[in-house]
Amino acid sequence: MTDKNNQELWRWTESNWANPDINFKKAKYITAGIDVGSVSSQAVVMADGEMLAYGNMRTGSDSPNSARNALNFALKELGADESIINYCIGTGYGRVNVPMADRTLTEIACHARGANYIYGSEVRTVLDVGGQDIKAIKCDEKGKVSNFLMNDKCAAGTGRGMEVFSDLVGVSINEVGDRSLDVEKEPEPVSSTCVVYAKTEATGLLRAGWSTEQVLAAYCRAMAGRIFELIEKIGIEKGFAVTGGMAKNRGVMERLMPMVKLDFMKTKWDTQLAGAAGAALFGNALCKKGKGRKK
Amino acid sequence: MFANYGYKDASGDYFITIDTDKCDGCEDCVTACSLGIFEVLDEDPNDPMRDEPVAIVKNDKKKKLKYECNPCKPKDNVAPLPCVASCKNQAISHSW
Amino acid sequence: MITAGIESGAKNTKVVIMDNDKILCKNMVLTGFDQRLAVKRAFEDALKAGNLSKDKIEKIGATGSGKDFVEIADVNVNDIKAMGKAANYFFSNARTVVDVGSEEGRTVKINENGDIEDFVINEKCAAGAGSFIEAMARALEVDLEEMGPLALTSDKEIGMNAQCVVFAESEVVGLIHAKTATNDISRAIHDSMASRIVSMIRRIGVNEDIVVMGGVGRNPGFITPIQRELNVEKIYVPDEPEFGPALGAALVAAL
Repeated sequence: MTDKNNQELWRWTESNWANPDINFKKAKYITAGIDVGSVSSQAVVMADGEMLAYGNMRTGSDSPNSARNALNFALKELGADESIINYCIGTGYGRVNVPMADRTLTEIACHARGANYIYGSEVRTVLDVGGQDIKAIKCDEKGKVSNFLMNDKCAAGTGRGMEVFSDLVGVSINEVGDRSLDVEKEPEPVSSTCVVYAKTEATGLLRAGWSTEQVLAAYCRAMAGRIFELIEKIGIEKGFAVTGGMAKNRGVMERLMPMVKLDFMKTKWDTQLAGAAGAALFGNALCKKGKGRKK
Repeated sequence: MFANYGYKDASGDYFITIDTDKCDGCEDCVTACSLGIFEVLDEDPNDPMRDEPVAIVKNDKKKKLKYECNPCKPKDNVAPLPCVASCKNQAISHSW
Repeated sequence: MITAGIESGAKNTKVVIMDNDKILCKNMVLTGFDQRLAVKRAFEDALKAGNLSKDKIEKIGATGSGKDFVEIADVNVNDIKAMGKAANYFFSNARTVVDVGSEEGRTVKINENGDIEDFVINEKCAAGAGSFIEAMARALEVDLEEMGPLALTSDKEIGMNAQCVVFAESEVVGLIHAKTATNDISRAIHDSMASRIVSMIRRIGVNEDIVVMGGVGRNPGFITPIQRELNVEKIYVPDEPEFGPALGAALVAAL
């Protein structure tokens, strides 16, 4: 696969932004949160708990560099360097490789806290479907986690599982969702949950004369069911937000919505920033508690 | 907070739930489990604002609980699980 | 009595024809996508190999995930039952039987007659089945048959983190990129698979002697770590372990 196709694959572009309304020199605490995921890395810089700047980049093969690049990308827009940061927290799959981090936190804590900032305090249930894991989190009006699970053992329902299918039917990952909706009648879902066996099952369906769209519909439906089972385990509460790459897959999301029976919350922010924003907010809270960096 | 460690795969649900509101970080579960599933951390990685130590399921164990916990879960004559029994605050439960 | 046992498996279809306790002939073909056709071919070729005509066969037992496709069968034989009987046929001392098929892994506790006392099945998740090693062999670009011997040449325990076949593939690719020696990766793959099977054995209790059947019986890379982890002196494997279930079905058909 060429790099260009890869860029297209995840349907987003690298971006950075700085808040023109905040003079960071007047801030008491400047904190950074860096979320190194398997596909993308984000750095969020906050001034006293308000979004000051962010950078959102693809994760390279080298995590420490990915973290540094994302942070510099955010700081560049601000015209500042790392020295302005009072406290930095690393999170995400690659969190152990954030060299400038004062401490690390799990994605769970950061995601809930960040979703509270990004979606507002009404958010109660956060579903994040990433490239390699599914997280389901319940939180209170302050973004404190009350119940969570993270499934990173099994590929079923993750972005990686969807990639296996996109390879199988030869449809690019950003089209599988839309193509799966292009069916006259919704087929029965693929019966195997395991990606390996679902693939065998789909091969059989294609041989039996099913169209690519029908097979994708059967798989997207099975994946929606799979994701739903996981959220159900922690219980679904109104104020439902979906983040992560899978949120962009209409084929799965439009099948998930009637199961959840709730509208998905909307936000002006890029939902990919949730983890990093939560980390930066915790940094601010720790500083305020006197648990900041030891001088 | 209910911290659910483990996973769901096509063969079933394998979660150990720790109710962190009940956990006081006493380490009894760490001692009770001969398979080294638990550890107690001074800082809760899932809740930075918590000040007390807390038990978690180790990272390298949580993806294979179905297998790791097998010695305590024979098919017949299941004795009370040592981890669950050891916790005086009843903070630990298994989904399977 | 002359009986035939037919196992319609996800990957291979096997036939064993027996005259009471004596094996007359056997045959194996790839199942492919048409299970019925595979059954027909496997059976006809087995007859040819044994120089037998169809009417000589008094009873046919069918087993395996595709046993419903064996339309000529007189009896449907439960997979586990077939396995227990076959293990007992090969080794009367067998008390624990391990069978790792391409889509299912099982451990079974049997008595001195080969009857089932207890069993554990891992199904629906490829991590606990033969597909795991097949997929890893593809990722490693090593022939499936070479995987086991290759693993035995390694003296390094590197371990694998991923359990899921899909994630393990990525991990293997990562190890290759990190220039990890192929034999060490192969060992890690087998060790990881073996540890899952060992834990399934532990669930039914480690009852000696242990017999391994199914295609993985031929894979020394898989047998060695099981032996090491369970700390047993010997693991029994029949000469052609892949024919176990079909043979068991033929034995049950004769009952």
